[in-house]
Amino acid sequence: MALINPKKKEVQVKIVYYGPGRGGKTTNLEYINKRFKKRIQNEMVTVKTYGDRTLFFDFLPFDIGEIKGHSIKVQLYTVPGQVKYNATRRLVLRGVDGLVFVADSMDLRREMNIRSLQNLKENLETFNKSIFNTPLVLQYNKRDLEEEGIPILSVDTLQRDLNSRLKAPSFAASAVKGDNVPATMKKIIALTVGSLRKKLG
Amino acid sequence: MDFTIEFDKQQIESIENILQEELVDLGVQSVILMDLAGNVIVNLENGDVTHDVYSLAALAAGNYGAVSAMANIIGEQEFSLLFHKGEEESIHFSKVVEDLLLLTIFNKNVSLGFLRLKVAEAVKRIQVLI
Repeated sequence: MALINPKKKEVQVKIVYYGPGRGGKTTNLEYINKRFKKRIQNEMVTVKTYGDRTLFFDFLPFDIGEIKGHSIKVQLYTVPGQVKYNATRRLVLRGVDGLVFVADSMDLRREMNIRSLQNLKENLETFNKSIFNTPLVLQYNKRDLEEEGIPILSVDTLQRDLNSRLKAPSFAASAVKGDNVPATMKKIIALTVGSLRKKLG
Repeated sequence: MDFTIEFDKQQIESIENILQEELVDLGVQSVILMDLAGNVIVNLENGDVTHDVYSLAALAAGNYGAVSAMANIIGEQEFSLLFHKGEEESIHFSKVVEDLLLLTIFNKNVSLGFLRLKVAEAVKRIQVLI
């Protein structure tokens, strides 16, 4: 549902970071905001609870230059990961053009990742969208925990659990350190904008 | 990729003219026509203020969705009109058609009653164009 404004020659693209609670979605956006500060004109918007958890969403808009004479405005959103906030998750998904699924590599969160991905599929279906037809990148976050001796799932296990049917591009990452955070973002932008090229003629 | 509502250049220009005549000339600070995904379709300002319209639109779409969910809980389909009053500036939301919202930001020099009337007129004129 990317919005093309033929008068201003501008395209707005909505990319949503999805995944289980405390998985690092907000941390991804915070890192991007810090790292690309010079190119981001607007402040990052966050709607948080008192406990510093995402209540509604985080929002980070920025320009990525021109494609076929159109300026591209990318808008990054996160959803609240906690199970009870499904209604707000669905609201944020409305009109999504591209998805990043941020999985938590911690051993303990294996089940949560699978459930969250299932929840994403179901929520997309309420908008008549299929996860198989929507640009998607998987990110296996918190790889840095291994250095601290915390048990984490192997990338192979995560791939089998989450990506065996989707076969989406995936990145092992550490949002706290920033490892592969820009790579994840660049990949999803490339996939999403790539699917727009035809439309722009 | 699906596109819900597409606008051509002429439609956008006609909508801009309507919003200019009905609302900006009346003295409102800014008007934003947006979709419920949070995309900005048209944005006009009176020149006195510059708002971060993209963030405003993202939050407004979320806000509208949340209030619609509240409406459902009490047995209403939706609340098609919302109004947030501030000390100096206020925001008025009006649904235009399914998926489209008109946001008007105005100060105390504009009366709410008159604004509502003008918003209703603008909405009616825009509906014909879409």
